[in-house]
Amino acid sequence: MAYSRTRRLFAAFLIGWGLASTPALAVQPDEILSDAALETRARTLSRDLRCMVCQNQSIDDSDAPLARDLRILVRERLTAGDGDDQVIDFLVARYGEFVLLKPRFAWHTAVLWGAPAALLMGGVLILLTFARRKSRQPTAGGSPLSPTEEARLKQVLDGRQQP
Amino acid sequence: MIPELGHYALVLALGLALVQAVVPVWGARVRDPVLMGVAVPTALAQFVFVAIAFAALTACYVTSDFSVLNVAENSHSAMPLIYKFTSVWGNHEGSMLLWVLILSVFGALVAALGANLPATLKATVLGVQSWIAAAFFLFILLTSNPFLRLAQAPIEGRDLNPILQDIGLAVHPPMLYLGYVGFSITFSFAVAALIDGRIDPAWARWVRPWALAAWMCLTCGIAMGSYWAYYELGWGGWWFWDPVENASFMPWLAGTALLHSAVVMEKRDALKVWTILLAILAFSLSLIGTFLVRSGVLTSVHSFANDPARGVFILAILVLFIGGGLALFAARAPLLKQGGLFAPVSREGALVLNNLFLTTACATVFVGTLYPLALEALTGEKISVGAPFFNATFGPLMLPLLVVVPFGPLMAWKRGDLLGVAQRLIAALAVGVIGIAATFVFEGAKPVLAPFAVGLALFVMAGALTDLVERTGLFRVSFGTVLQRAAGLPRSTWGTACAHFGLGLTLLGIVGETGWSAEKIVTLQPGQVVSLRHYDFAFEGLVPRDGPNYREVTAKFTVRRGGEVLGVLEPAKRSFPIRSTTTTEAALMTRGLSQIYLSLGDQNPDGSIAIRLYHKPLVLLIWLGALVMVLGGALSLSDRRLRVGAPKPAKSRAALQPAE
Repeated sequence: MAYSRTRRLFAAFLIGWGLASTPALAVQPDEILSDAALETRARTLSRDLRCMVCQNQSIDDSDAPLARDLRILVRERLTAGDGDDQVIDFLVARYGEFVLLKPRFAWHTAVLWGAPAALLMGGVLILLTFARRKSRQPTAGGSPLSPTEEARLKQVLDGRQQP
Repeated sequence: MIPELGHYALVLALGLALVQAVVPVWGARVRDPVLMGVAVPTALAQFVFVAIAFAALTACYVTSDFSVLNVAENSHSAMPLIYKFTSVWGNHEGSMLLWVLILSVFGALVAALGANLPATLKATVLGVQSWIAAAFFLFILLTSNPFLRLAQAPIEGRDLNPILQDIGLAVHPPMLYLGYVGFSITFSFAVAALIDGRIDPAWARWVRPWALAAWMCLTCGIAMGSYWAYYELGWGGWWFWDPVENASFMPWLAGTALLHSAVVMEKRDALKVWTILLAILAFSLSLIGTFLVRSGVLTSVHSFANDPARGVFILAILVLFIGGGLALFAARAPLLKQGGLFAPVSREGALVLNNLFLTTACATVFVGTLYPLALEALTGEKISVGAPFFNATFGPLMLPLLVVVPFGPLMAWKRGDLLGVAQRLIAALAVGVIGIAATFVFEGAKPVLAPFAVGLALFVMAGALTDLVERTGLFRVSFGTVLQRAAGLPRSTWGTACAHFGLGLTLLGIVGETGWSAEKIVTLQPGQVVSLRHYDFAFEGLVPRDGPNYREVTAKFTVRRGGEVLGVLEPAKRSFPIRSTTTTEAALMTRGLSQIYLSLGDQNPDGSIAIRLYHKPLVLLIWLGALVMVLGGALSLSDRRLRVGAPKPAKSRAALQPAE
């Protein structure tokens, strides 16, 4: 589990190398907006946006320079008065849907978003079918006794009657 | 000389694996005890030769033999000895060698401890195990040879990736691999059963200890990896829904389902076909995990295409074993007779529900992880599927499962009494409700769902204890009797209670961390003080230090609470000149079950430094809960009936007591 994360971080470091001599913190103090409400919105938005040079990090977690640029961009849009959806639309228009960590529901993601519910339903249906099939044949599993078993049963029962 | 010995030992192991892959399986078909008997010595010898190969590579690392390409690329003479050991598996080739080492350990264990197995089953299991081994030996020898020499040895190595130079990484991959590879045994058992066309509750009893052991190692490995990411990556997250994490989480989910369905199969002779399928799936997901991490397909579909030899080879292994396993299943499973009827409301029913949710959750993670790859390959569209998706889908699937967890162990087999069980859980429910109320009173409803999640966690924990309380008669009979009864309870009962309690603990930790973490990001000058929650942090200054193969700048912080000094935090930034990389070493202070987490950011020319400070309530419970789950597994494993080397009579006894 660690290796690829490492490779990713390593790649992030390599990319960042030319621009910064040390990797910075994810969110840096100078980025934070003075308006607490706006800052909270910016943080919430950042968590759903992907740092595109990293493997699977949000721009809120990533210390890559690109993530910093995106964080600043998000804050600029918010201060300019954009709504959350507008900010997202702006970023998608600019960088494509790849920037969203939570893909939008559309035709090409229908299978993805539908999968959990469909799988659960499918599982329930299979279980119901099995249950019905079993209840229709109440003797399934309990086959009648074989002749030797009959004889053995008789023997046991007879034995009990004569103490 | 030593690397050549290692290389040669690996080739010999491949030869043995090929013999073991054919002869015993043929022997089992023609019922020839001599041919079947071949499996035991070959399995043991295979282990010996792989161990020699592994020891050889380790020796190359310890002596810093840079004429070996692998060592030159991943080691450095100044590295501390412990990391010279761990860098053996801190790279692709070495980690594959570790993979086959563990595989051969498991094979040797089955050979050595499997005296109570029927001869044909044992021979076939070892044969199937050797098919896997042979495939991976070939993979290593043909595409990932760790013993390649360099014509001109460099004077110094290129060092291990600094982020891997950590003790957490020393133990994490072996644990994970023990888990992954442990499921190869259940796979081999499943395939052997399908080849035999015969399966009974005794099969489940043989398989369960292996599944349990693999599951314990996997749980440990995942928890360790999560804690490593938490303190090493420097931003305090503990689970990222990263594809690599998902790769280890999917076998865990399938393995957890397998453990539960195997119980039904062992006790009630039901769910046979399903248990076999889960055994195949658990290992298939382990293989897919190995493929995802090893082939580079995750970084991008294109990087996979750039260096296709390894990827294609692993893909071929994947298709062969998963496809072969499933095809065999499709062909033979209908022959297996189903037994053991049960009503929907029963212990079996509860366990079926457990399996339904676990497998759906597992499939959801699977779809989420592979969907972007599939979409890109099919349409060229690039999308991301990250944490927000998994939180939105996996969470809701887990909730109903968690609600059901306390009910399961209290249900009777065959036909349960839901109302009766609910009445017995009244006390646990009360604990949950009190938890919700108390959370509302003390913490408020800031994250509005958090109090309910706390209540659920407490319900799961109290529910896990309910069974123990009832069966020991605690609060009803004298303490001496309670102790006597407690000692008399089967270990597996303790194990179940313990594991479910651990699940509740983990949930509580997750709720605490996600619901009530506090964070502060500031820039400080030496001498300045910053406060978070009830704690004051005074920045004393920066101290440069030299490590064996790195330089670091340590920031010293004194932590006070109400004027009283609690200790010193020393987060650092390490720079590794050889790889010209920097790592962030976060400083942690444990307060009860909560932690204070401090990591460093940019250092400014005026001497000030940016810091990121967290207070994470109950965060330790996340991993503590996992450890308690593992303890539960260990208790179950120590149950007399499940002991790996337990003598045979269990089989005949089981035949006499189907109507429990």
